[in-house]
Parts: sequence; C-alpha cells; structure tokens
Amino acid sequence: MTRVLMEGSEAIAEAMVAAGCRFFAGYPMTPFTEVLEHMARKLPTHGGVCMNAESELEAVGMAWGAAATGTKAATGSVGQGLSLMQESLSEITLARIPLVVLNMARGQSDYYQATRGGGHGDYRHLVLAPMDAPEAVELVQLAFHWAEKWRNPVLVFGDYYLAHVYQSVDVQPLDFGPLPDRSWALDGTSGGSGRAKLLSPLGDVKQRDDVGYDLQDYYLRRAAETAAMVEGEPPLVETGYLEGAEVVVVAYGTPGKYVRFAVQAMRADGLPVGFVRPITLFPFPTEAVAAASAQARAVAVYENSVGQMIDDVRLAVLGRAPVHFIGGLTLDSSGFGIGPDNDVAVIRSRIEAVLAAASADAANSVGRSRAIREGASQ
Amino acid sequence: MTTDSQVTIIPTQRPPEQPARLVDDFTPDLIDVGAHHLCPGCGEPVAMRSILEAVADLGAVQRAIAVFGIGCYTAFSNNLDCEVLQALHGRAPSLATGVKRAKPDLLAFTIQGDGDMVNEGLQEVIHAAARGENITCFMLNNGVFGETGGHLTATTVLGQRTKNTLDGRNAKDHGYPILVSNLLAQLQGATYVARAAVNNAGNVAKARRMITRALEVQLQGGGFSFVEILTMCPTGWFVETTEAPDYLSDNLAAVHAIGVVKDDGG
Repeated sequence: MTRVLMEGSEAIAEAMVAAGCRFFAGYPMTPFTEVLEHMARKLPTHGGVCMNAESELEAVGMAWGAAATGTKAATGSVGQGLSLMQESLSEITLARIPLVVLNMARGQSDYYQATRGGGHGDYRHLVLAPMDAPEAVELVQLAFHWAEKWRNPVLVFGDYYLAHVYQSVDVQPLDFGPLPDRSWALDGTSGGSGRAKLLSPLGDVKQRDDVGYDLQDYYLRRAAETAAMVEGEPPLVETGYLEGAEVVVVAYGTPGKYVRFAVQAMRADGLPVGFVRPITLFPFPTEAVAAASAQARAVAVYENSVGQMIDDVRLAVLGRAPVHFIGGLTLDSSGFGIGPDNDVAVIRSRIEAVLAAASADAANSVGRSRAIREGASQ
Repeated sequence: MTTDSQVTIIPTQRPPEQPARLVDDFTPDLIDVGAHHLCPGCGEPVAMRSILEAVADLGAVQRAIAVFGIGCYTAFSNNLDCEVLQALHGRAPSLATGVKRAKPDLLAFTIQGDGDMVNEGLQEVIHAAARGENITCFMLNNGVFGETGGHLTATTVLGQRTKNTLDGRNAKDHGYPILVSNLLAQLQGATYVARAAVNNAGNVAKARRMITRALEVQLQGGGFSFVEILTMCPTGWFVETTEAPDYLSDNLAAVHAIGVVKDDGG
C-alpha cells in the first residue's frame, strides 16, 4: 500500500485508469478542467485516448462512439456542460451503452439534474456522490463496474472541493466481481453474417420481417432492464449517532463530511443528534432515512442549493417527522459553491436551532399527545 | 401523365426459360430486407446501395461500422447487414470519431442528411475535418427535410419551394444555402472532398467511384474523407417522380456543383 498526496482531480483520474478506462473526452470547465488535464497526460501512457472535444456535445458523442466498441469510456463536465449532454445521455441510456459521467459540480444545485435527469424518455442513471478523494477512488471504480454490469451510464457527482483538495490516497485496482461478456459491443465482425449488430436507442435487433423498428417491444424490455438495475443495487449510505437521536441531519457529498463532523462534535457535547449520508443519490437510501427518522423528533436537510434532495428525504420520512431545510445556496463571487455557508460552525448552529425547536415542540405537545393516546384507548 | 404501357407480355403457354427473380436478386448483399418504405423516386436507396457495394468491394464488410444520423435514410439502420451505431440527429461525426479513435482498425463511416449534418450539427463535421479525423462522412443532400415532408434546410437552393418557404427560398428572408463540400475543402485536415449525384446512370457510376475513393483514403490512413451525394426527393420537392432527376440537375446541382472538390490523398 502506497499513499500518495494528490488533488482530488488526479485521484479521480488515477482511479479511472485503474478501473480500465481507456477513452476520455471532455471540454474544459472548472472544476472539471483538472480531471481533463490529468486524463490528457495519463491516458496515452496506458494505451488510451483522451480527446479535447470542440464542445460538450461532441465530448459525449466521442465517448458514446468509443463505448460502443466495448472500450471503457468516460466523459464529464460541470452541471452546465452536462445540461448540453442530456439529449445524448438519454439516447446512450436507451441504447444500453455503458458510460461513466463525471459532474464536478459547482455547489450542489445539480441534484435534480443528476437524479431526475434533464433528458427525454424513461431512463435512469445510477448516481454516486463521494465525500472526499479516498472515497472517490473507490466509487469511481465502482461506477465503471456498475456501468458495464447494467449496460447503463453511471454518474459520479463531485464538486469543487473534491476536485481541488489534496489528500493522500492509495489507488489500487478494485475487484467488484465478474462482469457479463461484451458480446453486444461493435467490432465489425458480425457484418455480412445475416445478423449484424445494432446499437441504437430504437432497438437492438435488426428486423427480418420488414416492419421496421418494434419500439413497443424494445421500450418495454428496456424498462424491465431499468427496473432490474434499480432493484439490483441496494443504495449505499453512511449513518452515525442515530441511537437516541432527536434530530437526524441528512447531507451528501462534501457537505456530508462537514455535517458528520458537526454531529460528532455535538454528540461529544451530549446533544442527541445523528446523521445520514446518502452515498448513492439514485437509488436513494429511502429505507435508511425512514429508519433513522422513525424515532426522531425532526429531520434536518443540509445541501448547498435551495433544497432539492429534501424532496427525496420527505418521500422517505412520509410525514412521520417534520423535515426542515437548513442548507442554502452557498454563494461566493467565483460561483464555485465555496462560500461561507460551508462551515462547520454555521452548520452546527443551524442543527442546534432545529434541536431547540424540536425539544420545545416536544415539551409543548407532551400533555396533548398523552391526552390523545388516552382518548384513543378508551 | 399516363403513357401507353410498354410491359412485355410473358407467354404463359410454355414453361419459363429462366427462374423467377425475387426482390433479393436485385438488392446488394448487405441489405437484408428489400423493402425500405421510402417514397417512390427517392434517391437515398440508390446512394445507400452505392455505399454498401463500395464497402463490400473493398472487402471491408467485417470491419465496417456505419454510424447513422436521423432522417428518412435511418430506415436502413434497421436492415443493413453491417454493424450499425445509431447517433442522435446531427451527432454522427463525433460518434464515428470515438469509434475510430478507440479501434483504429475499423472502417468508420457516417450517413447523414443535409438537415442532420448542415442544420443540426454543422460544427461536428467541420471539426472532424479540421482534425483530419480518419473517418469517412457521407451526406445525402436533397435540400429539404424529407422526413418531415419537405421543409427548408441550410442547403435548400434559392427559389426552391418548401413547406415553410411556399413562394420559394429568398435570400432576404431565408439567407443563402451552405455549400458544405466547398466549405470543408478549405480545411487543411480534409483529404478528400467530392460531390456526387444519383439522378442518372452516369452520375451513379461516378458516385460509386467517389465513394470508393473516400473509403480507400480512410483504409490507407489518409485522414478525413467526405462525399456529398445529391439525392432526389420528389415528395419534398412537390414534383412528379419522373421529373425529379431533371429537377435535381436544374436546381440542386446548378448550385451544389457535382465533381471532386479536393483530393490530397496519395
């Protein structure tokens, strides 16, 4: 084991190479730029290709073409660049082509884009949100495994901190188990055989009865494969300090690490708070959030946006406890989401406010709820 | 319109001298299903056939990947017996780039229409050409969006009537057509650029030679090659099927001139 100090972008690039990625295409945009720089330097020395595309539209197109040949491929950008790519990401997903996509986001305002998608059609992407470089090294490799296992794009959702913070990491190839063969990949050899391969969002078999594409058949099969994928990968989640927690704080990515630290410090001071950190944003760890909030007086959600993941938290809590938003747009002049909100002291004070309100509510409602319970038993 | 039938009467009193010919006897090896459901008089099947015959003649069937755009010709993505990667509207050159860069031994070519290549995704082909990308792009140019029923594209010639230029395209309101082959030929990375047509037997033969040459350039690692093929679209031009070949010569080819525009290949 060799730990090396490097910035998150380089750790992600090293992890992609370790996962077997041999094709990368991108267009510079901070904080994605550094990943592109590292891939441009590293890939050729591993027999791979890194393309400096003329725009995000072509970056995703090039990755699509390479991935179609069975080459492990990735692309990415910032949320804005991914907006441009959405049309292609929809079609790639419908065509069942494995691809890893990085969103080195600015702040956390792309949660909807990542988990709901901005493209057309019935499709889903698995979404992984590492909190720091060492976790990213594992999750990036898992992303390549899942992409190929399910023949579906997998999104890795990072941010400015993940891209730029230097941490010591040990990048080793990880083995996540066997994968299905790549018989779907194009290599030309099926040409002239009477059953030449087709990789298309419209269908995966050439028709023999001159009816054209059978969209009904293909879309239904595709939907069944999506359902199998969603059910086949249990959500990943980290929880802590849930025993007796009166307030449970939910946060993901870099802010998840800040929240974890704040909760840890509050517990040390004897305050009954716990945390849940979704690692897969899709599928969302609904059961973990539900279980964590079952005994809580209140749930608090911290994200660097005006509140997007809070929808999924509310769907998990289903009214069993009030869900408060304690995050907010982290604004700074750079636009990179590194503003003053992302601060353990700020986060702690907001959690304390929720805890104080929940305790006050509890004191006020003790008499009332006892009366309701007694009334019900009579 | 109706003319006297010239159909030969086959005598039925005696057995046939040769076996009956079926639809497969007329289709090239790489088209599995003869029926394509394109309109009568369409030039795209002729262009497709020419491309496939060239691929087969070059012995490249088992290393060929056809990347399709979206248009009427997309009907063929479903019944070609060579491997097909379906792209988005306008995006085929970047996919072909990814295919070729990942697997340089493959023969990667795109099939796009004028609406697909010139309207939706013009920058794709320009950058592919400028990079000297070792792929071949084919553009089937009929000067209209045929699949939507005959609407203005960036290659529609001045005066041409389309469903959204009912009085004919005029420069004041609709601008001028883009002559893509001439545009691409200016780029250093473009090795071979030619414009063909399939409106008569002579032009089809010429188109076949240009297509073969373009694919040969790629097989020799010569860089970017491009053939624009003018095709008939009587439906989208609102002319009789029989008049379409002449309409092509008199209108489309009068602006988009047929010929080899550039050949820097060895």
